[in-house]
Amino acid sequence: MTGDTLLSVDDVSVTFAVGGLAARMAGRPTSIAAVAGVSFAVGKGETFALVGESGSGKTTLARAINGLQPVAGGSIRFEGDSITEHSGAAMKPLRRRMAMMFQDPVGSLSPRLTVRALVTEPFRIHGVEGRDMNAETERLLSLVGLNMDFADRYPHQLSGGQARRVGVARAIALDPALIIADEPTAGLDVSVQGEVLNLLNDLRERLGVSMVIITHNLHVVRQIADRMAVMYLGRLVEQGETEAVYTAPRHPYTAALLSANPEPDPDLARDRITLPAEVPSLMARPNGCEFHTRCPWVRKNCRTEAPAAAGEGDRRFTCHYPLQPGERPPKTEERVHA
Amino acid sequence: MTVLAVDGLTVEFATERGTLTALREVSFDIPERSIVGVVGESGCGKSTLINAILGLLADNGDVAGGSMIFEGQHDLGQIGPEAMRALRGQRIATVFQDPMGALNPVLSVGRQMVNIQYRSNLSQREKAARAAGMLRKVRIPDPERQLDRFPHEFSGGMKQRIAIAMALMMEPALLIADEPTTALDATLEVATIELLHDLQRDIGCSILFISHHLGVIAELCDQVIVMYAGEVVERGTVRQIFHRPRHPYTAKLFECDPARLHGRSRMLPTIPGEVPDLRARPKGCVFAPRCHRVTEQCGERPPAQTFESGHAALCWLADKPELAEVQG
Repeated sequence: MTGDTLLSVDDVSVTFAVGGLAARMAGRPTSIAAVAGVSFAVGKGETFALVGESGSGKTTLARAINGLQPVAGGSIRFEGDSITEHSGAAMKPLRRRMAMMFQDPVGSLSPRLTVRALVTEPFRIHGVEGRDMNAETERLLSLVGLNMDFADRYPHQLSGGQARRVGVARAIALDPALIIADEPTAGLDVSVQGEVLNLLNDLRERLGVSMVIITHNLHVVRQIADRMAVMYLGRLVEQGETEAVYTAPRHPYTAALLSANPEPDPDLARDRITLPAEVPSLMARPNGCEFHTRCPWVRKNCRTEAPAAAGEGDRRFTCHYPLQPGERPPKTEERVHA
Repeated sequence: MTVLAVDGLTVEFATERGTLTALREVSFDIPERSIVGVVGESGCGKSTLINAILGLLADNGDVAGGSMIFEGQHDLGQIGPEAMRALRGQRIATVFQDPMGALNPVLSVGRQMVNIQYRSNLSQREKAARAAGMLRKVRIPDPERQLDRFPHEFSGGMKQRIAIAMALMMEPALLIADEPTTALDATLEVATIELLHDLQRDIGCSILFISHHLGVIAELCDQVIVMYAGEVVERGTVRQIFHRPRHPYTAKLFECDPARLHGRSRMLPTIPGEVPDLRARPKGCVFAPRCHRVTEQCGERPPAQTFESGHAALCWLADKPELAEVQG
């Protein structure tokens, strides 16, 4: 990361209560850690991507950053203020500086409000007065590439891409320092996806806003993120500069994700790192390195000893035996079995 | 034999602002033991197509023309709700994007898998054994024990495999898979594609596979149909479509796929313009308002031109594709 830190997340955990008295009596776990010991930082004007499958804890982490989800441990600081110490009303001024774009582009817009009412709603929520709402509507719509003809439409009259643009307009209304975008292109086809990503890249340059993008689309990450982190079972297993991670992944899960990414050519020779499809449950986290149940490179101590985060500077990975560039999984018979 | 022959299918919806033509003269075949992929932007009619095949169109929707002949005998647009109900789940099964929506959260997986065999004369024990066998086929470890567990006890990828197992339980002739891998990470996505491929060969069914993800389509499908604004603008084998697209829309759609860029690009390619209002279609070619190769001729609707082994495109210039080889 270069420049000033805008957001720093330090050893954050989020837990949910599960089961009840019956589970407690039976000795089953009564809480699960959806996010466990996550640390990263986002600089001013930087785009940071969080990658991982559904259920890996990405959205929970985003909600914790926004103060929508209490944390069980660790601290989150935004523009020098601690989010983890604030709650309820005290969060409101912080949320002005930190906008959230939720997953479903149409579902996240109230169906009974016009586009005009939707893009100016942030001003009303935060009691910003003395502005010409008509001028603001025009300014925001033009920033996201929509003309004033859209101002009086309702969400159901918008296409998926247009609804996403309205979502972006709402997010930038109060001139935030950070936008958290949860799956900003999910459900959009490739041409509209390109439009939305171009828009986000453009706004970053024009407004200098930082972004945290949550996605499981690796092609998107490469096009938009300066730095990225890979999540597995609620932990960050690898993070670093996007190009560096793509060029030489150090954690086996990252390497498998990148090699699995389907490419649009029916005749491509595919040289994949295949993983067993059984993802462990958060109710029963594996011992040792939590990836060892699926790791093609697993060695004896991976099953018992949890690896510490290693690496230098921004580049961090949590693996006992980080991969060398181009390293291939060992043949089954060569693997060391415990 | 052809499992499903769709010919000239037109579906209209009555709306307050006039008649909306969601599908217009859609024609394609799903041959036996083949996987046919459908690509196109949101709103191009993919969901309407599925609903028309399944007889699940909304009340204001209507098959206004054409036919959907299933297994050479039933026209799915004509057979009526009773006969349709007998086909659904037996001969035609579906897998959707969200597996949790397909599974009942308060019944064990085994109970649900026994219940869907309600038409079979087997005993309860035999049905449970078949359920366990199907779970084994979708590579769920220790299947007998898993039958007693509930959907929430499985991960997202496992739930999707259970949904696939349930859909294939009755060995249907046609599986309709609507974005089944969208919610999964890349490692589980490829595992699910490989699983579908193996099961399709094993059971000998055909699959109609809908996806936004061009890479998944390229990897899994034998044939591809490309839809735009409710029309099939191009269809052919997966190699014809990906290596030699003949419709400008297909070519543009592939150019927009960030998977084709090997490195970061300042501006991602897009297709300028918007999909036309389906209540007021352009008089001529439906893609003409956004087409970079538009000519005067396009004011008139182009005929479907057919080329070698079934490669067809709805374009006046289909016989003169641009430097066709799109770089992969």
